[in-house]
Amino acid sequence: MNGAHDMGGSHGFGPVVPEVREPTFHAEWERRVFALTMAAGRPGKWNIDMGRFARENRPAADYLNKSYYEIWLAGLETLLAERGLVSADEIVAGHPLGEPERVDGILRQGDVETLLYRGRPTERPASDQARFRIGDRIRAKNIHPTTHTRLPRYVRGRAGVIESLHGCHVFPDTNALGQGENPQWLYTVRFNARDLWGADADPNLSVSVDAWEPYLEPAEQVP
Amino acid sequence: MRALESVLTQKGYIEPAALDLLIETYEKKIGPHNGARVVAKAWVDEEFKQRLLAEPTPAIASLGYAGFQGEHMVVVENTPQLHNMVVCTLCSCYPWPVLGLPPVWYKSAPYRSRAVVDPRGVLRDFGVELPADTEFRVWDSTSEVRYLVLPMRPLGTDGWSEERLASIVTRDCMIGTGLPTLPDGGSR
Repeated sequence: MNGAHDMGGSHGFGPVVPEVREPTFHAEWERRVFALTMAAGRPGKWNIDMGRFARENRPAADYLNKSYYEIWLAGLETLLAERGLVSADEIVAGHPLGEPERVDGILRQGDVETLLYRGRPTERPASDQARFRIGDRIRAKNIHPTTHTRLPRYVRGRAGVIESLHGCHVFPDTNALGQGENPQWLYTVRFNARDLWGADADPNLSVSVDAWEPYLEPAEQVP
Repeated sequence: MRALESVLTQKGYIEPAALDLLIETYEKKIGPHNGARVVAKAWVDEEFKQRLLAEPTPAIASLGYAGFQGEHMVVVENTPQLHNMVVCTLCSCYPWPVLGLPPVWYKSAPYRSRAVVDPRGVLRDFGVELPADTEFRVWDSTSEVRYLVLPMRPLGTDGWSEERLASIVTRDCMIGTGLPTLPDGGSR
């Protein structure tokens, strides 16, 4: 979706302000939201792409006004409500208002270390040949799905070069919709800054994104 | 937030002790000191460095760092001619096993909007100025691939132990928004 989360190239946000000796969390509630989000995702009622969409799918003003962990909390509440696991009324009440649904795969303390160390790899076996080779000139498609995508707006319609190939990975655009992992070849695509930002851009700058094959077409095609 | 945690706990959907351990792990165990060890080893061990660049995920795992948000690692090397910077314009993707959780500025609109257009200006916000002819390469983390910058070993560190070298490898220089700096203020 063309949401406020897709920030590359936006103006007006001011300088980057690093914090000296920044703590991992700035408040106890941030600790709990982080851990709740990690733990609640464990049973697999949603996947990482559904999680990202739940966070980014909100009005621009709301996205920009919320702090990072406020967005995480809002996303988590959305995911839980959509699946009928926790209702808005229950959050207001502070206790369950009905019998809980049976949920398997609850994250136990003893599983935490293994979960973190194994992670959730997204590479899958390839079922076909990659369409593009390293060095190929390609163009990012000019697409504007209203659903989840990982193709940022600033590269859409722009020509670049295939820099590397990472194997076949879970395709976020379908995975976020519950339409399956649908693994697709994943490339790193490099763009010259002048092809992205115009003639005044830094000639010594290039920017790359990781792009799944369905995002790309040969550069010869007129977009 | 407390209400939500309370409802989830009462429904049996979460185990509070697991939450406590998650928090403790990312506050105390997993952080940029992990990545600093990777970098320091690459500085003193050429064979490891080549492995780190060619097969980053297993090379990093050989030091004990692997897993969540670091399943598919890429390491990019700074040189006198080339400076790398890592960003996630769409959210906050970051290599957790080697750097821990991202700082607020990395997740903020100023960084996410500007790193892909004006990384030189972003570096200035961090008090770092590079020569005008330095090539800049920005990596936008749009997939589950996670990037770690291998900074240049500063001059004046000959004979330093791995441990001492690791002490000057900051989080920022592994994102590409800083350079390793000697305690006396020298760099590069």
